[in-house]
Amino acid sequence: MNVRAQVSMVFHLDKCIGCHTCSIACKNIWTDRKGTEYMWFNNVETKPGTGYPTQWEDQSKYRGGWEVKGDRLRLKSTGKGRIITNIFHNPHLPTMDDYYEPWTYKYEDLFNAPAGTDQPTALPISKVTGEYIDIESGPNWDDDLGGSNIYAANDPNLKDVSEEQRQQLQAVERLVFFYFPRICNHCLNPACVASCPSGALYKRGEDGIVLINQKRCRAWRSCVAACPYKKTYYNWSTGKSEKCLLCYPRLETGQAPACFHSCVGRIRYLGLLLYDADRIDEIAKLPPEKLVEGQRDLILDPNDPNVIAAARKAGMPEQVIEFAQRSPVYQFVKVWKIALPPHIEYRTLPMLYYVPPLLPVLGSTANQVYENGVDAKAIFHAFDQQRVPMGYLASLFSVGDEAKIRYVLRKLVAVRTFKRAETVGDIPMAVALEALKLADTTEAEVEDIYRMTSLPTFAQRFVIPPMHREEAIEAFKDPQDHKREVGFGFTASPKRGL
Amino acid sequence: MYSLLQTAAPAGPLPINDLLFVVVPYVVLAVFFSMTIWRYVKEKFSYSSYSSQFLENQHQFWGSVPWHYGILALVAGHLIGFLVPRGVLWWNSVPARLYIIEGAALIFGIITLIGLINLIVRRATNPRVRAVTSKMDVVVLVLLLLQVIGGLWVALTARWGSSWFAAVLAPYLWSLFTFQPDASAVAQLPWSIKLHILGAYAIFALFPFTRLVHVLVVPNHYLWRRFQVVMWNKRASKAE
Repeated sequence: MNVRAQVSMVFHLDKCIGCHTCSIACKNIWTDRKGTEYMWFNNVETKPGTGYPTQWEDQSKYRGGWEVKGDRLRLKSTGKGRIITNIFHNPHLPTMDDYYEPWTYKYEDLFNAPAGTDQPTALPISKVTGEYIDIESGPNWDDDLGGSNIYAANDPNLKDVSEEQRQQLQAVERLVFFYFPRICNHCLNPACVASCPSGALYKRGEDGIVLINQKRCRAWRSCVAACPYKKTYYNWSTGKSEKCLLCYPRLETGQAPACFHSCVGRIRYLGLLLYDADRIDEIAKLPPEKLVEGQRDLILDPNDPNVIAAARKAGMPEQVIEFAQRSPVYQFVKVWKIALPPHIEYRTLPMLYYVPPLLPVLGSTANQVYENGVDAKAIFHAFDQQRVPMGYLASLFSVGDEAKIRYVLRKLVAVRTFKRAETVGDIPMAVALEALKLADTTEAEVEDIYRMTSLPTFAQRFVIPPMHREEAIEAFKDPQDHKREVGFGFTASPKRGL
Repeated sequence: MYSLLQTAAPAGPLPINDLLFVVVPYVVLAVFFSMTIWRYVKEKFSYSSYSSQFLENQHQFWGSVPWHYGILALVAGHLIGFLVPRGVLWWNSVPARLYIIEGAALIFGIITLIGLINLIVRRATNPRVRAVTSKMDVVVLVLLLLQVIGGLWVALTARWGSSWFAAVLAPYLWSLFTFQPDASAVAQLPWSIKLHILGAYAIFALFPFTRLVHVLVVPNHYLWRRFQVVMWNKRASKAE
């Protein structure tokens, strides 16, 4: 057993209000420079929708992630052999047109326009060429189902949904959507790292954050094509790729990442997961239907004495083990089993989990009214008449296995039923208890889920372990000496070279 | 024959010839090595291929792919002629084999030229790509274009290049690298070949100041490294 720690995340989609505050917090800190205008380390997509970049989930086009060939994993886009042919022209690289051409407005025209009878206008100009452009796309072009007959209708996740259900999704009175915020998943088996010919991408051993060494990146662009979530971006100005760094400078000083900190809906949770690094390859190769369970297996119980002993042997600091025991992510993923990984069929083993949304599910019942049900089974009956088809959620979060989505939604409904019976009282307690049993949960667990989803404090949502960076320097030399020698570290200006 | 050379020796080659083919190459080598290393140490961030495929995808294929395959083959050919001139002469001793190698070189030269012209047209006409074009990019492209056209001109007018390169230029280049410079043979060559040699020196001299440095950081170690890279702060990358 090779125990490692991973800073992991849970996004509770029921609580996301689609305000994009996370995206803006991130952009203001990291991607407001030339060449990064189009990069959204954090973006919020409306689902159903084609996402950002357009149709990123369509791997027949982008060839992201891994595939099993024989008894080994290989990258879909590049590999050791194909890098030689792909390096001059990567056939799977998205271009700027798959994102959008960043623009600003010619504001000076507002001041310089000659006096006249009509209002002066500021025309849009490209931030790349400086020329006038027609804006044809943007980072949230299909926000809130805008242009849904083009965008939502072409969502790759609808391939498993029947034609009838697709038609229903388009019907005005049944329109439904939810928000899908995305950052880098900081995967256990990252395709971006594996694809980088220069070895510029790496995963930090202590916390599992995936980073790009800006001095080693040579613009071979493999990571952009290989990441199935399209969360590495190519900086067209500096000739370097960049990606979400999980705000590691903030984490190292005990602060939550900017997108987590600023989250208005408080949908985000961050904490450690311990996992067995020796089994990554084995799990990533499992048949599709076993992937979700397999990844859950990979995560170790931080309270298990064997795991603790192995973690100590691997040199994990005592505090890190303690923080892993308090991790909210562990509760969501392993104990309550209500958080699922996005598109695990890409086989990168993403470490950002989602609690599938329930709200649109309950929004529709047979008689157009909320029926709380006279018996427990009726409470769950609504799942199959929900407006978001089960197959759709299953395509996103469980490789098409609807049973796994049902399990989560049942539990979420059970929490509500039980709390309603307890606080409002219009559902008989007997029915609520029966619902708990059907949802494979207990009163204690329901109470825990309720507290962690409805009442958590900042400190409960973000259990940030001490990163022990000071020790990392101490191992080699006196930190004061180190500081005097390196100063602020990266001193060359990150500008495009000759 | 020997006496002919003997009598020619006292008159000596023109000083301009020594300047261009003895002094210049050493200056070029000094600039090439010192500035490349300096840039790698001090301006590591600037080492990049500066790919513009992200900005323009279609035309890039018809430029970059033929250009790179072509130029790699041509550089490899020159390098083989330099490293194993006797081997090349032996190979060329049978006319059929000579025609094969000369034909292949010509084809690669044309492929290279097509690729380069596509790259230049693309850079000139696509507004996005033009936006990321530096002055040195223009210098490099013009220089490369002249060099490739010059090389093709030499190939077509001064046959058979693979043989006389091995017989005349390889000894000259070796004389430079062994610090016993002897440019007398080069002096006898036609002006087209001299220009091609000087063009090469110009490219090498400008090399560290251009995007061409990406040639030096080609990712060869990718072929044998493990897929995943894990870095430990404390354990100094012991695991994986």
